[in-house]
Amino acid sequence: MKAAVVVFPGSNCDRDTKVAIERATGAQVHMVWHAETELPAGLDLIVLPGGFAYGDYLRCGAMAALSPVMVEVRASAERGVAVAGICNGFQVLCEARMLPGALLRNAGLKYVCKPVELEVANGNTRFTAAFGGRRRAVMTVGHGEGNYFADPETLDRLEGQGQVVFRYRDNPNGSARDIAGIMSERGNVLGMMPHPDRAFEPELGSSDGALLFQSVLASA
Amino acid sequence: MKAIVHVFLKPGVLDVQGKAVESALHGLGWTGVEGVRIGRVIEFDIGGSDRAAAEAEIRAMCEKLLANTVIEAYRVDVGPAP
Repeated sequence: MKAAVVVFPGSNCDRDTKVAIERATGAQVHMVWHAETELPAGLDLIVLPGGFAYGDYLRCGAMAALSPVMVEVRASAERGVAVAGICNGFQVLCEARMLPGALLRNAGLKYVCKPVELEVANGNTRFTAAFGGRRRAVMTVGHGEGNYFADPETLDRLEGQGQVVFRYRDNPNGSARDIAGIMSERGNVLGMMPHPDRAFEPELGSSDGALLFQSVLASA
Repeated sequence: MKAIVHVFLKPGVLDVQGKAVESALHGLGWTGVEGVRIGRVIEFDIGGSDRAAAEAEIRAMCEKLLANTVIEAYRVDVGPAP
């Protein structure tokens, strides 16, 4: 099992994510600088971590989506490699159009930072299989722009095709249809605002995030 | 030539900043204000003298980077440098 965490200038959850994946799965985790044009061979998972890539200049994720490394991230996703964008990473995947929709300013205008209860809306994915039918999970959110937006047709399609992976039980940011995480049509690209990397052992308040990394690396 | 690009959230996309500013203006007594939208203006110089060609190029920039057309609309003004 082999994973990579992409490090953009301004990423700040990159090292947490590395530790979370290592502790949860024992996988070898490579840190890849955004200016790289190659990724390590044989990756099972690529994570775009949380943070403020490029200082959120222009729009959250907009500059990062054009980083040199994204050419290979996109190509890997097209080959079926699992790609997960967490928080700022989700914003990057939307800006890169690897996932539909966009993340707007939180409806309450405030940065929200707290544990949230999630519904595992689809437990039969590469990212949720290890939840073993559990429908509830707790993870922390920390974002000012996590209000998921897509046009109604896109939302209907996401729901109809089981692409909504996580929903908020008590929506903290105004996201359309309480969406906290979605995946691509093919099921190998996931974007989510809550942080599994901040929920990988009981001392952190929840270890549900570990299940996500275990799901994707067990399926590898 | 001088390019001025205006980027705004599309109609129908909730502009929470605009709403907050609108209610602040109401609080200051400007109760007739409606539909406040907050966007951004991007200015730059661009070479060449063919206005139509420059506009086409700037539109391509908007589609690729300056606007996220999932949520934003843009308007391009291009003219001779002052």
